[in-house]
Amino acid sequence: MLLVGIVFVISVGSFYLIHLLPGNPATVILGFGATPEAKAILYKQLGLSKPIYLQYFVWLGNILHGNLGVSFISQTTVSSVVRSALPIDAEIIILSQIMAFAAAIPTAMRSARKPDGIIDRVLGATSFTLLSIPPYILIVVLVLFISIKLGISGTGPSAYVSLGTDWITNLESLSLPAFTLATVSFVVYYRVLRSDLIATLQEEFITMARSKGISQRRIMWRHAFRPSSVALLGAASVNIGGLLAAGFVVQYLLQIPGLGYTLILAINESDFLVVQGIVLTVSVLVVAINFFFDFVINMVDPRISRE
Amino acid sequence: MSSFSLEEAALMVERPEKSEPLGLFFWICVSWIGLNVFGAIFANVLPLPNPLTENFNAINVGPGLHHLFGTDDLGRDIFSRIVYGSRVSITVGIGAILIGFGIGAPLGMLAAYRRGRFDSFLTTIMYVLLAFPAIIATIAVLSFWTPRSLFKIILVIGVASIPLVYRVIRTATLSVATKDYVIAAKVQGATDRRILMKELLPNIAPIAVSFFLIGVATVITLEGALAFLGLSVNPPTPSWGNMINEARTVLTENVWLAFFPSLALCLFLIALNFIGDRIRSHFDVTEVKL
Repeated sequence: MLLVGIVFVISVGSFYLIHLLPGNPATVILGFGATPEAKAILYKQLGLSKPIYLQYFVWLGNILHGNLGVSFISQTTVSSVVRSALPIDAEIIILSQIMAFAAAIPTAMRSARKPDGIIDRVLGATSFTLLSIPPYILIVVLVLFISIKLGISGTGPSAYVSLGTDWITNLESLSLPAFTLATVSFVVYYRVLRSDLIATLQEEFITMARSKGISQRRIMWRHAFRPSSVALLGAASVNIGGLLAAGFVVQYLLQIPGLGYTLILAINESDFLVVQGIVLTVSVLVVAINFFFDFVINMVDPRISRE
Repeated sequence: MSSFSLEEAALMVERPEKSEPLGLFFWICVSWIGLNVFGAIFANVLPLPNPLTENFNAINVGPGLHHLFGTDDLGRDIFSRIVYGSRVSITVGIGAILIGFGIGAPLGMLAAYRRGRFDSFLTTIMYVLLAFPAIIATIAVLSFWTPRSLFKIILVIGVASIPLVYRVIRTATLSVATKDYVIAAKVQGATDRRILMKELLPNIAPIAVSFFLIGVATVITLEGALAFLGLSVNPPTPSWGNMINEARTVLTENVWLAFFPSLALCLFLIALNFIGDRIRSHFDVTEVKL
């Protein structure tokens, strides 16, 4: 029910974007030198001659048929633009999440074992500082050091190679973006998991397990991590929107042709239908991923759905 | 009269005298923020070179006596541009969060105090809005709503921050609204207005202040991202974000152009976050999920 409401709001919002443009959408989208024929096509495509609420239904009908419109600059369909860019974003995000979880889970456990101990304090201060460093600065610093100072080729701007061409160079070209997003997520996951683990470790069933003589490692993984992983999944779910956006910034610097770079290029070229298509896709994706995570959380912790 | 003493008694029970001192680093952060704000306000009066004057005899000069932080690819003074650039960040940060608090905070307090239909209706709407990632929404709106101006940027980010402020303030008010002293005031026949202003507001103030500061930091980060993508104020007006964006094209020739604005932004954010965090733990309020 909520999902329907959210998707409705997103669709109205994305639809209305075109009408935020100053002046007649047809003139702005096509430019002043547009031929009457091109205008007629656009009018037909967007239903511009009809009242605005009918335009929405024309637009929605098109979307539901998988038709996001045709870019008036490159003359390709918007859906094909999105389809070629999206896998790159997905690859960067998946790589970064693997790194972030691999780093956050052991460090958080380590910290939670002795809260306020030396390791916990150092990690706390480090994560607090990293929290204040935005991804667009992190990536600039990384590029300066790794690609330029150390001269490691294949990691710098416009070094992108597609996964189909050569997967090793592909990984090389995506290593800095993935590392940047991993750092941003690591900080969030570490902090959430640490505080939740500390709370869980004070529960009675942990004391019970300890008194039975179960090893520290087993208590951590089997008894404490499972209930705490709910908080971690929740954090990951909230994080996904920010990650996509951070991915945009990183792609923009390195000229990786994912959704973000494509989006900014489209904005600069005033290719508004591409912008609209990408915004719609990304928003729907974020919502869908959030709902997927809710589903997974219910599976991990049956208590939540019973409440 | 009696309600006053009750209130005080309640406060004494609530806050045992255990708040730890704020610490030296807290005051260093406060003075750093103060210095930045001072620079932003008095940038015209301070003896700084014009941030827009191009000097083709001194392009990409490193830091030195003549140009403290060096010059950029058009020979403009980086230090001066950073000081002027802080104006954009600070104005957007404070302006947008003021809009968010102006609308989100009263709604959040009212919803938590009244509960019932009003609360569930508003909360559902806010959750729907929160599902829409703020940065993507702002990128979308700003790319269509041209020409861009400082006012539009503040407005768009401000509106985007309303649901967040609403959620934090509502959660904070909820935890206070069921306390004995609020019930006592109700029993005594205090008006809703009085309860909201005199009982609830002072008790959520620390959390509100703390979230205000962290909110400003978040907005400045967001504005920086927009500027980096070329969606904030138009050049040549300097802002920290668009300076980093300009540095993008000359990374190899001029490291300083990327370094100094990044440093300025990071130090400002660290200081703000630290102050916000410290205020929260100083008043010993339980951590709400931001």
